[in-house]
Amino acid sequence: MLEVKEISVAYGVIEALKGISFTVREGEIVALIGANGAGKTTTLRTVSGLLRPRKGQIFYQGQEITRLSPHQIVAMGLTHVPEGRRVFARMTVMENLEMGAYTCRSRAEFKANLERVFQRFPRLAERKNQLAGTLSGGEQQMLAIGRALMSRPRMLLLDEPSMGLAPLLVREVFSIIKEINEAGTTILLVEQNARMALSIAHRAYVLQTGEIILEGPAAELMERPEVRKAYLGE
Amino acid sequence: MLIQQFINGLTLGATYALIALGYTMVYGIIQLINFAHGDIYMIGAFIGVAVAGLVSNNFFLTLGAAMIGCVALGVTIERVAYRPLRRSSRLNLLITTIGVSIFLETFMVLLKGPQATGFPPILKTTTWRLGGLELSSIQLIILLVSLVLMAGLQLIVKYTKIGKAMRAASEDYDTASLMGININRVISFTFAIGSALAAAGGVLVGIYFNSVSPYMGVMAGLKAFVAAVLGGIGNIPGAMIGGLLLGLFEVFGVAAGFSTYKDAIAFALLIVILLVRPTGLLGRPIQRKV
Ligand SMILES: Nc1ncnc2c1ncn2[C@@H]1O[C@H](COP(=O)(O)OP(=O)(O)O)[C@@H](O)[C@H]1O
Ligand SMILES: [Mg+2]
Repeated sequence: MLEVKEISVAYGVIEALKGISFTVREGEIVALIGANGAGKTTTLRTVSGLLRPRKGQIFYQGQEITRLSPHQIVAMGLTHVPEGRRVFARMTVMENLEMGAYTCRSRAEFKANLERVFQRFPRLAERKNQLAGTLSGGEQQMLAIGRALMSRPRMLLLDEPSMGLAPLLVREVFSIIKEINEAGTTILLVEQNARMALSIAHRAYVLQTGEIILEGPAAELMERPEVRKAYLGE
Repeated sequence: MLIQQFINGLTLGATYALIALGYTMVYGIIQLINFAHGDIYMIGAFIGVAVAGLVSNNFFLTLGAAMIGCVALGVTIERVAYRPLRRSSRLNLLITTIGVSIFLETFMVLLKGPQATGFPPILKTTTWRLGGLELSSIQLIILLVSLVLMAGLQLIVKYTKIGKAMRAASEDYDTASLMGININRVISFTFAIGSALAAAGGVLVGIYFNSVSPYMGVMAGLKAFVAAVLGGIGNIPGAMIGGLLLGLFEVFGVAAGFSTYKDAIAFALLIVILLVRPTGLLGRPIQRKV
């Protein structure tokens, strides 16, 4: 579904990605794990069109998207939930969801999407008229995911959805991600919390200073001593 | 005459507010001070003069034509001069706006000469007197038109899809684009609205002072910029309040005997704000920029 081929991305002279390749197949959850600064966010921002790679190509559903703008990529059904939630703090929960549905064509489609999101996140329905900036961290993460679902994506890019959340909420977020996947959405999940990410992912890639150093089925990677040592804290 | 000064101050301030809105909306989204904005106001006044000459006595047609003309101009300037530089440094862009400003002024000087011209009499002036108070029909129209335009702007920003996209983009440009919002379209829209309001300001001021000149946008633009900073740059209600306050300050300053320093009042105010409250009255703490 998503195929990334040899992309290199640099910020000025700093090379953040050094020709990485990976694929995500339809229906999968693929985890991209790595330490802080490894290049995970850069990878997602490049896929969603916020950054342009120096080299390499990106294909989504067989179509090249390397040089498309973010809004064109969203319209194709590939939606990115950015790191740190990035809800529109001065807009209401409802307005945030409306922004998420920006590519929606009809009122009916919007209503149906809204209903599904409210079903999954009842808290958002309760707080729909509240400013997003006044929500708790966990609620903001729910809003960020709910907002992305409003575009009815076929594939989601999630950047550290567990960041800064209490352990109980982390569990909840991961189980929601799993549900969203089971309902038919392909997921590329970026995480520093490797244990949780590997526990729900089908396959995973390990990124280290801009290079992919390991890949394989998540369960296998979990057993690899180098992964256990570097990312699972053993 | 306190109340009289108050009316005069509000009238002047309303025109500053109309111009200030364009500065603040553009800044809110792309963090750019568009120094050519005052010249859009000037061009709006000139279009007004030209159209008023053709369709005598039709104020609304004149106003509408100036607004539409400036929408086209503002959007074109952004498209041709600013957009190609979006990814270059802030300073390059700032200098470009100054270049565009000089271009527009020089263009009008070549076309019309540097001297001021009067505005064709498209509004008949009546002055109402009540006690010691005077209110001219022109003042009333300035206040009403400004009020309607600003209310309209608030409605657009609050309730329409593109208005909400504007707010989203001014909060977080990248994340807005991840929602599927075409940021270029939002920026064009912002320039369109800002230019339309400035054009309205130009026509109103042209009629009020019966004078239109190629350099009228310089001082008005700078003052409106001060008004935007006073209210909190990037903040729409802030620009409205900043404009009105600046108008009041000026009129009361003159009434208090500082008429020689009329134009300096705005800049003294700017210095005070920057020292006391750099984010302006309604401004938020320095924006997170990633
Ligand atoms: N805007 C930027 N400008 C310069 N360097 C950056 C920028 N963003 C990230 N980097 C650098 O690129 C590398 C990868 O960063 P990032 O993709 O954010 O990593 P991760 O998400 O894995 O923590 C880091 O070395 C980081 O310092
Ligand atoms: Mg990151």
